[in-house]
Amino acid sequence: MNPTRKRRLIVVLLVVVAAAIAVGLGVFALQQNMNYLFTPSQVQTGEASSHKTFRLGGMVKAGSIQRSKSSLLVTFTVVDADGAMPVEYTGILPDLFRDNQSVIATGHMDSAHFVATEVLAKHDETYMPKELKDAMAKAHKDRPIPEGSDAGGSP
Amino acid sequence: MTPELGQIALILALLLAFAQSILPIVGAWKNNSAMMAVARPAAFGQGFFVVMAFVLLVWAFLHFDFSVQYVADNSNLALPWYYRITAVWGAHEGSMLLWIFILNVWTLALALFSRQLPEVFVARVLGVLGIISVGFLAFILFTSDPFGRLLPMPPDGGDLNPVLQDPGMTFHPPVIYMGYVGFSVAFAFSIAALLGGELEQAWVRWARPWTNIAWAFLTCGIVAGSWWAYAELGWGGWWFWDPVENASFMPWLVGTALIHAQAVTEKRGSLRAWTILLSIFAFSLSLLGTFLVRSGVLTSVHSFASDPRRGLFILCFLIFVVGGSLLLYALRAPKVAGGKPFAVVSRESAILVGNLMFTVAAAMVLLGTLFPLIGDALNLGKISVGPPYFGLLFPLLMLPIVLLLPFGPYLRWGKGDPQILKGVMLRALLAAVACAIVAAFFVDGKLKAIAGVGAAVWVTVGVLLYVTKRWREMPRGRRYPAEMAGMLFAHFGVAIFLIGVLLSESLSATSDVRMAPGETQHIGGYDFRFDGVRETQGPNWRADQGTVTVTRGGKPVAVMHPQKRTYTREQIQTESAIDAGVFRDLYVALGEPMDKQHIDGAWALRLYHKPFIRWLWLGGLFMMLGGFVSACDRRFRVRRLANADAPEPVGAVVLSETRA
Repeated sequence: MNPTRKRRLIVVLLVVVAAAIAVGLGVFALQQNMNYLFTPSQVQTGEASSHKTFRLGGMVKAGSIQRSKSSLLVTFTVVDADGAMPVEYTGILPDLFRDNQSVIATGHMDSAHFVATEVLAKHDETYMPKELKDAMAKAHKDRPIPEGSDAGGSP
Repeated sequence: MTPELGQIALILALLLAFAQSILPIVGAWKNNSAMMAVARPAAFGQGFFVVMAFVLLVWAFLHFDFSVQYVADNSNLALPWYYRITAVWGAHEGSMLLWIFILNVWTLALALFSRQLPEVFVARVLGVLGIISVGFLAFILFTSDPFGRLLPMPPDGGDLNPVLQDPGMTFHPPVIYMGYVGFSVAFAFSIAALLGGELEQAWVRWARPWTNIAWAFLTCGIVAGSWWAYAELGWGGWWFWDPVENASFMPWLVGTALIHAQAVTEKRGSLRAWTILLSIFAFSLSLLGTFLVRSGVLTSVHSFASDPRRGLFILCFLIFVVGGSLLLYALRAPKVAGGKPFAVVSRESAILVGNLMFTVAAAMVLLGTLFPLIGDALNLGKISVGPPYFGLLFPLLMLPIVLLLPFGPYLRWGKGDPQILKGVMLRALLAAVACAIVAAFFVDGKLKAIAGVGAAVWVTVGVLLYVTKRWREMPRGRRYPAEMAGMLFAHFGVAIFLIGVLLSESLSATSDVRMAPGETQHIGGYDFRFDGVRETQGPNWRADQGTVTVTRGGKPVAVMHPQKRTYTREQIQTESAIDAGVFRDLYVALGEPMDKQHIDGAWALRLYHKPFIRWLWLGGLFMMLGGFVSACDRRFRVRRLANADAPEPVGAVVLSETRA
């Protein structure tokens, strides 16, 4: 092989190796950090069982928010039309977190309840995040999506 | 009457934009100088009407013209005048108007400062800018009219999104748009070069100052945005890998690659096709950014407005611009690999490695940002990509760049001298290791912080060595031409940024706590005493205002007043209190009242001690400064036509030799 070709071959090989490493790392990092969104009823039917960390989306059940007396521990229940899931969270809740608010919590299951590491609430109480709306519509194809106040029953 | 005038102005601007895009490009093709001569007057006319429309919208806001839907939605009688001006770009319609306004500012600047360039080339550049104008003006007129009437006129309006009622917001959107839209100039230059089949690379020299200025504005805008998120969102973070932050960051990454690639192409003629491709990518990503932010396809704190019709329009426009320019590129890109050859150890190679890293990083960010959309389209479920994805990959990709940074100026074009590099490496490495060891005693052996100090010293020593070398070897007045000074500033900015990021990330102390009045928390060597919450009142909000007294070793440091504001439409907004300092920030935000009955007055509080956090914005500002300084280089000032056409002016030859 003449020197020019040899150098080119080395360059090409290096590029291929670098690309392979980059793609491998990228796919790995992506797999580690993909979070799926599930509604309480989907979790209860076991759809989320294969995911360690996932996002739980739904409405905060009216009257379910319980504050601890001594720490920042808070428990509440996230509901959709035919499921409910108790959630535990330690920390400061977003400004718009309240009863009947649509929220998305990131975290994992601990036996029967969900331990959240992050809770997001949407800014307008009549507005539901689009992806949450879709997920809830998918969970109950035959039923209308619950709107704002009727999600968790009357307080 | 004024809103209708604004509408008419926009329509006239659209017609002039048509004239500006079609006639000059056809004229350049047919070599018809009468048609080409339309470009400038059309650009001035379009600029006049767009500025008029913009001023009329500002006028409507200042005069509480609630008969205009957009004004009624985004302002009210209690809103102070400065926020009524910023409310102009507080929502979708107005920010699109801002976009086109800034595009016209760039077009006007180009029309004014391009008199020395060949007429054919200017005609093509202005024509391409005209096409972009047509797209955005049509978008405004057909899908998002800021002048639409609301009848009957309401007595009072709604409110500007409280998140946007912050001094940072007066600044962030216009500056970031200056950057976004500025890449349209680099794009227009490249397309004009492709259309004209330019064989010489002189046009790259003309494009360089424009690209540098756009890049500097974008840098400044991202810094402002990051600072705003830190001060205003109440989470104390400065970067969230939020889709919209990514939207501004991707053009920045590609833009950074572009300004370096342009230097290679201008000086050596190599990487010509790559430079053109990068400028197409940079502008496409800017457009994609607009699309991501404004279509609301991704859930994000920034998507205030969403309307699928608009998204569809921008998507079609995006496909037209990206597809069209890539098609043109495929047909016309320089076929022969031009330019002078270069060895493995050379400045070209180093820049190429940097370019590769920046583009791969941009692709990585793009994948992570769009993955939820891809997953949705392929029915994989509702997916979001967590910040750790970016947090893992991005530093890995930037590592080679930081390692190469000290050598950049020392590497000669064409072929570098390994001996000199060895000397630089030895000294920089020694200094970095020594400083890292010293630092290790101060930071409790936190690896990230030690790495931060080491990396910053590594880069700084490289920059300083080169500064002293120039000082010793060059005669006065020739030591630091603006282009080089800018480069040194920006590279030094990287060092400061590294300190800011790595030290603040590793040394920050955070605490979310429940505090009753009189209670004290000890964080990062400071004592935070909570002194209770009182009610207070602003022009268009009322707030619970906390008082936190900070002491260190018994000496008072600061009295801080974080607020929880409630705006006129019952929107709640956390206003954090920050005590800023060169070496540390203290940051306090109010959470929520812990007992609704207010028996002991306890609140949830978020307390932070953040060392060196200011440095990361300072580093960004240095990079911005570098961009502006570089753009001022005398070499970029286009001389008389005869000189401008010469393949390489004398000055450049001298410079590239002396620099080696």
